[in-house]
Amino acid sequence: MGPIPRNYLMRRLGIFFLTIFLAATIIWLIPRLAPGDPITAMIDRMTRTAGYVENSDVIIEGWKERFGLNDPLPVQYVRYLGNLVTLDFGYSLAYFPTTVSQLIAQALPWTLGLLLIAVTITFLIGNFLGAILAWTRTPRLVRYLIPLAMIFTSIPSILAALFLLYIFAFLLNWFPMLGSYELGVTPGLNLEFISSVIKHGTLPALSIILVSFGYWALGMRGMMITIEGEDYMHLARAKGLKSFYILYRYMVRNAILPQITAFAITLGTLVSGQILVEYIFAYKGMGTLIYDAIVNQDFAVIQGTSFILIVMTALAVLIIDLAYPLIDPRISHGGK
Amino acid sequence: MSEAIRKSTAETYENKEVVLDVKDLRVYYETPKGDVLAVDGIHFKLYEGETLGLVGESGCGKSTAAMGILQLITPPGRIVTGEVWLDGSNLLAMSEEELRQRRWTKLALIPQGAMNSLNPTMRISQQIRDVIETHEGKKRGDDIKQRILELFKMVGLPGRIYDMYPHELSGGMKQRVCIAMAIALDPMVIIADESTSALDVVVQRVVAQTMLRVKEALGVSMIMIGHDMGLMAQMVDRIAVMYAGHIVEIAGVEELFYKPGHPYSQLLIESVPSLTERKPLKITEGITHDPRNPPPGCIFQLRCPFVMDECRRVKPPIVEIRPHQQVACHLFKQQEDGSIIDVRDIATNP
Repeated sequence: MGPIPRNYLMRRLGIFFLTIFLAATIIWLIPRLAPGDPITAMIDRMTRTAGYVENSDVIIEGWKERFGLNDPLPVQYVRYLGNLVTLDFGYSLAYFPTTVSQLIAQALPWTLGLLLIAVTITFLIGNFLGAILAWTRTPRLVRYLIPLAMIFTSIPSILAALFLLYIFAFLLNWFPMLGSYELGVTPGLNLEFISSVIKHGTLPALSIILVSFGYWALGMRGMMITIEGEDYMHLARAKGLKSFYILYRYMVRNAILPQITAFAITLGTLVSGQILVEYIFAYKGMGTLIYDAIVNQDFAVIQGTSFILIVMTALAVLIIDLAYPLIDPRISHGGK
Repeated sequence: MSEAIRKSTAETYENKEVVLDVKDLRVYYETPKGDVLAVDGIHFKLYEGETLGLVGESGCGKSTAAMGILQLITPPGRIVTGEVWLDGSNLLAMSEEELRQRRWTKLALIPQGAMNSLNPTMRISQQIRDVIETHEGKKRGDDIKQRILELFKMVGLPGRIYDMYPHELSGGMKQRVCIAMAIALDPMVIIADESTSALDVVVQRVVAQTMLRVKEALGVSMIMIGHDMGLMAQMVDRIAVMYAGHIVEIAGVEELFYKPGHPYSQLLIESVPSLTERKPLKITEGITHDPRNPPPGCIFQLRCPFVMDECRRVKPPIVEIRPHQQVACHLFKQQEDGSIIDVRDIATNP
């Protein structure tokens, strides 16, 4: 173990940036491979609804000029890459003077806050339940109850969201129906704002936890059962170690490793993972932003958010790669 | 038979004390088509300071017997009946917690697959430390390190592996770690379950010698399970031959190798390959009975070259045919005066 070798770090960072570069290129290329262009498409739509658009040629030309679509492709490409470095994704088509970066900057913290917490809780609960599900010492009642709770796993998260919304927000009125925080509250580090955020975040978080903890629990249970048959478990029992110590130091410690890998991948897809949940709760995070962008055919926003998703995934994989030797002594950073 | 024979055996072992007494141990595995009788009523005693070899072909139940003694049978296996007396108490009749406290302090295991018997995510030292501290309470860091290094020295391990992880060691080293672990609490009995069969012959020999040396130094009793008759001959005092869940012969190592009593023991010894001559394997494989449904009478009747009518009807009792040698076979008959004759002798010279 020890510190990360410099060579390895450089190589790994190189891969990180290469991934982002390639992905960014693909995002840029795909719309340009498609026939037509967004502006003509927009005018076409307007023509269809309004019957006739005056001076449409002039409008199209004006916009094309404005977005630099008349320049040769290589020039557009280089300009695009340059803009990416400064996180400039251009203007939103739907909310015109607002830039894509501004929209993302507003939405991202909400999603990260909500989902990071929800997914982490899900991971912890799921693995805990999976572990005790496989443990022979667990009371029988508990072992019957956990699978029962996993019924929620087979329900789509949107249905769970609607269900929770109906019970806890509409019928019981314990939690607010929608939004990220109360309208009258001033955002900042004050108690009122924070409690408002927690209140608004509870139901979306709960619906995510309810539908996905079973996934972790089943994975963990499977791993635990595999570990149960390992030779070292045999020896651990022969050693007369205390049952609980065997559970966490021999079983969970080894069973959790593949789960952590899966968790890193989940973190990468975090932002896009719960678009509909966010939408149902009108939670103004990345999910709602992406949903609106798709509905409005807001290409700039779609491109910008896609780029952020790619960066998030690459970052999660990078972090887990660098951290893995810390959690599994058999893995080393290679590079000599 | 029993009382007289047991007494005489005890006497021939110089009145050494019995440390482990296994009585009528039966371990069955549940299958949809009925129970597999993996261990079907074995009796033996282990004397103080003695090494007992438990041999037999794959699937004869020798490892299952060991796991039964250690109480490590997991479903679908179960212990049907039996008594395992160790240090004045029956392991099969005590509570989980009482049993846990006796594990390793009285009865340790050197496992079969040392390659995978260490927890991959724990340092070597920690894996020895946890067993010491579980049974003896928390210790000061320096004391425990001293003690573990001492154990390493006994089994010939270098101190530098103290902070290493299992994957950083070779197979032989891992096996030594397992031996060091087994002697950490100075147990009364160590069960070595094919502890050397995964190693190459050179390492096998060195590890076997280490095991013997440590055993001599500590005076611990040992049950060695294996199928390598050559290795057994060098390492053990007595050998119990198992066939299909039964002990068919139990004898001193000299008696067994020079005058094997049971036909199966003879075949086993003849099956050891020789350097000087190439001979066909006499023992035949694959015509064993269904382990779920053993035939009445002798368990070895289907493969026995000397099978008689009686063998198909009556289960042979285990009798002492010579001092230090007990055999379960109808070939040996007890005369009225108490002496034993071999039925084959009568047939050849009437």
